[in-house]
Amino acid sequence: MEAVAVQRTHRRRSNFRGMLVIPFVAFMVFFVLIPLFLILFYAFTDASGRPSLANWADIFTSFEKWKTIGITFAVAITTTAICILIAYPIAFILSNKKFNKNKVLVYVFLLPMWVNFVIRTMALKDMINTMFSSLTANLPFLGLVIGMVYDYLPFAILPLYNQMLKMDKNQIEAAADLGANPFRVFFKVIVPMTVPGIISACTMTFMPTMSSYVIAYHMSNDKIQIIGSLINFYFMSGTGGYNSGAVLSLVMLIIIGFSLVLERLSNNKEDARKGGIW
Amino acid sequence: MVENEILSYEQTNRALKRKRIRGKIGKIAALAFVYLVLIVMYAPLVYITIYSFTNVQTTGSWGGFSLKLYENLFNYAGNQKSQDIWNAARNTLLVAVVSAVISVVLGTLGAIGIHYTRHKWWRNTLEFANQIPIVNAEIVTALSLVILFVSILHMETNFATLVVGHVVLALPYVVLSVLPKLEQMDPSTYEAAMDLGATQTRALFKVVIPDIMPGILSGFLLSITLSLDDYVITTFTKPGEFETISTYVDSAMRKGGLPTQLRAFTAILFSIILLVMIGMYVKSALDVRKQNRKLKGVD
Repeated sequence: MEAVAVQRTHRRRSNFRGMLVIPFVAFMVFFVLIPLFLILFYAFTDASGRPSLANWADIFTSFEKWKTIGITFAVAITTTAICILIAYPIAFILSNKKFNKNKVLVYVFLLPMWVNFVIRTMALKDMINTMFSSLTANLPFLGLVIGMVYDYLPFAILPLYNQMLKMDKNQIEAAADLGANPFRVFFKVIVPMTVPGIISACTMTFMPTMSSYVIAYHMSNDKIQIIGSLINFYFMSGTGGYNSGAVLSLVMLIIIGFSLVLERLSNNKEDARKGGIW
Repeated sequence: MVENEILSYEQTNRALKRKRIRGKIGKIAALAFVYLVLIVMYAPLVYITIYSFTNVQTTGSWGGFSLKLYENLFNYAGNQKSQDIWNAARNTLLVAVVSAVISVVLGTLGAIGIHYTRHKWWRNTLEFANQIPIVNAEIVTALSLVILFVSILHMETNFATLVVGHVVLALPYVVLSVLPKLEQMDPSTYEAAMDLGATQTRALFKVVIPDIMPGILSGFLLSITLSLDDYVITTFTKPGEFETISTYVDSAMRKGGLPTQLRAFTAILFSIILLVMIGMYVKSALDVRKQNRKLKGVD
């Protein structure tokens, strides 16, 4: 009898704290989930709200649009690859007590964000155009990639850093003690342990690179358009353009969904491996 | 045979020394790489700061040392461009603070709710939903909000819609900063507080919130940072006449050329960052010393 009473109060207490999630859930439903369903709805209707695939046909039969999509992927893949190549060693060094005992250094990588990225992009453009005589006008692709890497490097460092903090350092030492050379240790032990971090760092740079039309506009002197520029163009052309914008947004959402699934799978595998050992 | 395998004292010493030297070189190389990347990342800000001390139209040519740009920036009476900059700065800060406060309240409550939920599927669903705005492309978030506000609710974008946009951006990060602190928390303190007669609200505010305060604070700082850095969501959800620093700079650049005093403004922002950086270094050094002293005291 007493035990039941205790259990009941216990459950009531838990519920109280569980209830605190309600405002959060309400906000997420209204301003994240419903808007996403609206994207889905708008992508398959025309301006008057009737079901239609005309927007898809318009976009995917246009050579110009395909070109934009192709260039976007080229920019995004190049940027992501460079960001990971730079961010990986940095995250490793920052998370390793042997090199860095100070957490402040991590924040130093984030602090430039207090100067808004449009100002930083403008500053970068001024600087490289002075140093390399009008680089953004002559080599728009290079200028664009430099701008993207510069702005999104911190977004690649953070997830990698967080993943590496969780890394089991003993395994690295064990591999080295058992005679693996540093390359083997790196590719066989360190990289597999950081796969979820790598995937999330890729997502965190790939997605903004596809959408960041401001950088595209300024760092290529308006010579290169990316998917984000197109969405912005449709947005600027008024409510009638929302449907076409929604089509492109849905395409991006599909890519995002794909990367989310990938991330989840890699995480699960990690957990499963841990579970298998014990 | 045995003698061959056992290294002499000198040999061991030499091997250890070599290892130590190699380790030291590795450490120096590693830190050199980190600082090199940092220098590149800060170079554009340094560049603009240098050219804030000369009164020329575009950077790249030096017109002699001058504080004219700072004078223009601070004597804003009668100088429309300087007034615009300060206006935009004030708006940026206002949006950042308001949206960060809302994000922290919603996010902290949300994290507590997520942590103490009894059903695994519910927790997974909430965590998944929380992940959506983080991985979603900003422009998709922005467009989806505009469709909701303008097409469905037939609203004009206003200050509230702008704040909602920034909360969507920051809220998930607050949840992610607070959740780990909840996991580190000792679950029995809350129960103890209740057993000692505290009400649930009181136990929440006196026990749980203080315990997870570091997470809340870092969530707040992260919200501010994301809001200050934002452009895309801002430009989609802001009311027409309302300019933040990012939208102001972008439109000025498109109209052909930034006002020169913006360089002075950037330099001021940069020096604020430097001050914060120095402050953080000093604080962490003090913390380390305090910890060392504590360790000595225990001994």
